[in-house]
Amino acid sequence: MVGSDSAVASLTTPSLSPLDRIQHMLHRYPVISPALVLLVSGLVFSLFSNGRFQRPETIGIILQQTAVMATLAVGQTLVILTAGIDLAVGTGMLLTHLVVAKTAVDMGLPAPVALMAGAVAGMALGAFHGLLVTRVKLPPFIVTLGTFYVFNSLGLVYSKAQTVSKEAMGGEQSLLLWTGKGIQIGSMRITVGVLLAIALYFVFWYVLSQTAWGRHVYATGDDPEAARLAGIKVSRVLLSVYIVAGLIYAIGGWVQLGRSLSASSNAATDVNLETITAVVIGGTSLFGGRGRIWGTLVGALIVSVFRIGLNLAGVNVYYENLAIGALILVAVALDQWIRRVGK
Amino acid sequence: MNEVHPVLTARGLVKRFGRVIALDGSDLELYPGEVLAVIGDNGAGKSSLIKCLSGAFIPDEGTVELDGAQVSFRNPQDAHTAGIETVYQTLAVAPALDIATNLFLGRERLKPGMLGSILRMVDKKGMRTDARAALDGLGIGTLQDITQAVETLSGGQRQAVAVARAAAFGSKVVILDEPTAALGVKESGHVLQLIRDLRSRGLPVILISHNMPHVFEVADRIHIQRLGRRAAVVTPQTHTMSEAVAIMTGAATA
Repeated sequence: MVGSDSAVASLTTPSLSPLDRIQHMLHRYPVISPALVLLVSGLVFSLFSNGRFQRPETIGIILQQTAVMATLAVGQTLVILTAGIDLAVGTGMLLTHLVVAKTAVDMGLPAPVALMAGAVAGMALGAFHGLLVTRVKLPPFIVTLGTFYVFNSLGLVYSKAQTVSKEAMGGEQSLLLWTGKGIQIGSMRITVGVLLAIALYFVFWYVLSQTAWGRHVYATGDDPEAARLAGIKVSRVLLSVYIVAGLIYAIGGWVQLGRSLSASSNAATDVNLETITAVVIGGTSLFGGRGRIWGTLVGALIVSVFRIGLNLAGVNVYYENLAIGALILVAVALDQWIRRVGK
Repeated sequence: MNEVHPVLTARGLVKRFGRVIALDGSDLELYPGEVLAVIGDNGAGKSSLIKCLSGAFIPDEGTVELDGAQVSFRNPQDAHTAGIETVYQTLAVAPALDIATNLFLGRERLKPGMLGSILRMVDKKGMRTDARAALDGLGIGTLQDITQAVETLSGGQRQAVAVARAAAFGSKVVILDEPTAALGVKESGHVLQLIRDLRSRGLPVILISHNMPHVFEVADRIHIQRLGRRAAVVTPQTHTMSEAVAIMTGAATA
């Protein structure tokens, strides 16, 4: 065919400027920028905290403080990858952890059964989200804004705004509080909850990058119509994502039980928005379809590192949220730039 | 051609959207090894007709036969399984995912053994090798990197990926909906060459296009759609472009 040689030639990619190269690199490896932020902020805080920041004790505290939020951020990542958002992740977690505590204490169920009840409750909450999103076609923002209040209220009613104490749950030996059990590594103390959170990241790294379901989650968030035409059952993928996110409420709830050694409807108030912060700072796009689970873990650590680091560096605590807010804005601006790759 | 049986036959397809009638009893035949162009004015029902054949729409009335057996597709997956692949006007590729992932999207292959059957691990390496082979087979091996995201490609390259996917999996029919609409002259030439390659492999192709020179360049027969029905079927040998346009607009009959 005449002209076909030149047509083939036109299918090669033109050479790139250095800035384009950076853009392509970040596009390909979105974890680079949050990892750099974590590294640099860690170095800076080490320098300005009179050596207190880099102590193993401090690192252990950072990890413990991050565990609940980092666990829930796994579910948040899944939801945001589908171009959704879960504003009810914190109140959902609190409601499920109350289910665990109350079924064990009030109904006297054995701890493993109570934990299962929490898992079922979490998945039911997630399924409720998923059905409203896929069947009633409500935007996830509105669905979870509504359930944020609903779950909060249900938690208060269910617990009568009373705290279930450590003693009532059978003390620190109880399986319910196992996630709070300390593990000493040198002078660094972490908990079972920290390990559980890290394990969850490995599980979902595998699921997202190595299974067909993971690819379908990305495709659904990237371009739902393209996904549908490729034969993916988009509604089913969305519903399953919300159910899994609900199951993660229960896992986060378990970590929370170990963290606070009690169950209360007004614990962990920051966790709702902080999971979104972790996901966004971690380089996952709010528009769906792009991001990495490790980015979320790094993002979650950045939030804790900033909170503790600024504190240890003697910065007025009022500036903490300013720093984190600025990071969010930078992360989203960076995402917009990366998304324009090749345009 | 009369002794040869059509690969794909549509009879009396009707598709309504509320009070709008997109298809009003449309027929279509596709014979083995041919390129059948479908032309028609905007709103003539070209895309609706194609979507009924590709499983994207479920027709309200009418039948579709593949190799003489009646089929009813409830979703695109059904059509894929039957061997009908479609490249949509909107390209229908997921921009953030890489070329190999897009080629196998919705039909990922699992690793052999326990990794696949129990851990549900996809065979990344094997799919990449096959994606590479599929692109090379169509003479589009110039894409350097099979793991680069589709959005980093030019329009022509994306189109090539979409066509390669259809060619790799379409065992019976490949449908292309306006494949050259968004492309420049050179890239269009390349896609037309891809269509010829498909035909030379014996795969029948349905080509929906607004571009008369392209249609007359590659089509064996031309199905003219008008007001939700088939107005005529002509060939580039018996009719000129202006005659075809006249039929399309209702100024003449075949």
